[in-house]
Amino acid sequence: MRAFLAILRRDIALGFRQGGTAGLALGFFGLVVLLFPLGIGPERETLGRIAAGVLWIAALLAVLISLDRLFQADHEDGSLELLALSPLPLELVVLAKLAAHWAACCLPLIALAPVLGLMLNLPPTAIPGLITALLLGTPTLSAIGAIGAALAVGVRRGGFLLSLLVLPLYVPVLIFGAGATEAAISGLGLAAHLLILAALAVASVGLSPIAAAAALRLSLE
Amino acid sequence: MAANLHWFANPTRFLRLARVVLPVAAALGLICFAAGLYDALVLSPIDYQQKDSVRIMYIHVPAAWLALGVYTGIALMSAVALVWRHPLADLGAKAAAPLGAGFAAICLATGSIWGLPTWGTWWVWDARLTSMLILFFLYLGYLALWQAYDDPERAARAAGILAIVGAVNVPIVKFSVDWWNTLHQPASVFTLSGPKIDPSMLRPLLLMTGGYVCFFLVVLILRMRAEIAARRVRALRLARVEG
Repeated sequence: MRAFLAILRRDIALGFRQGGTAGLALGFFGLVVLLFPLGIGPERETLGRIAAGVLWIAALLAVLISLDRLFQADHEDGSLELLALSPLPLELVVLAKLAAHWAACCLPLIALAPVLGLMLNLPPTAIPGLITALLLGTPTLSAIGAIGAALAVGVRRGGFLLSLLVLPLYVPVLIFGAGATEAAISGLGLAAHLLILAALAVASVGLSPIAAAAALRLSLE
Repeated sequence: MAANLHWFANPTRFLRLARVVLPVAAALGLICFAAGLYDALVLSPIDYQQKDSVRIMYIHVPAAWLALGVYTGIALMSAVALVWRHPLADLGAKAAAPLGAGFAAICLATGSIWGLPTWGTWWVWDARLTSMLILFFLYLGYLALWQAYDDPERAARAAGILAIVGAVNVPIVKFSVDWWNTLHQPASVFTLSGPKIDPSMLRPLLLMTGGYVCFFLVVLILRMRAEIAARRVRALRLARVEG
């Protein structure tokens, strides 16, 4: 347990320090959202209608670009091998790293999302629903992403590969996440969407460390 | 079960079996395609609403079935390869993947051509179209992962992990997309109450499916043979360099 917490603390600290994923992902998230009004036009009704989808797509892309460093940096400086040699099972190492990734990359996005939502003319009443949906949906993004990141470790042009591997698997989160936010905007019940997002999060966080650890062992041979 | 699998793990035995299966599958495939195409294009009735465009179905539907079936096959072969270190299962999965991607592409292209006269548009963001498109991208990711590694052993295991993760996820993707939006008709051949399609249309459809399956088997065997030969060449070259 101590080793688990140590990895968690180390990765969160690394995420927030200079050059960490947190700041970069946040900046990317804001910029992608900024592109939509410029590309589509500043009409407030149009923006309000697409706000939910835009925020979800931007969050998904921000998580995607941050995944590249999830295991790659540790692989390059050799600390991944030390982590694999530690008495802590590799599955738990992966779980600690993906929890840290969620805390350092997804939580700041969730904090920024309401602000960007208001800028996109999202009704203020929909903000609690948006935040809940993001809180329940982003763990799945980190978990599925960890599998892709582990498979792309040590591969040339791993970043490109990563997006091809991971994005098709993100589809359910996007559908139910954007669906929940749409439901929150229109004032309909969003419980069903949120329950499915929670189910996906539980299943993916539980299962993905096994697959990601198997993929990491491959890169350590 | 495991014993049977290991019996097939020997490449020489596989090659001997392939020599028997290949001509049979090729002949059967030719017969199925000839009979199926004649039946589909000449004998089968035209649809009262769609007129002749209904004949696209005989190309489109088997491709869709095969695209899904081949992905399932790849996932099963990957599981067998990871659990039992079965060398031929890896080869089979690798050889099947471009075929599956091809079937998905045929399905998307013919579906789009069929969509124009019947729905009045090339493409709609409907559940079935979207999930087939996602399946196509899954195939591309799987193929890209095979290409990414230099060492075939590592590539095989990485691709195997991806195929199994995908197999867990494909039903979820499918259902999420199904609930999202739909225009495509629901399943009409594999239903609990039996096929809901007229026998005069079902017959050419099944013949064409038989042709597709035989075509898949023939190309699969050819590709696996080529891959076995390539690995032998690689092993011999390495042996010569070392010796």
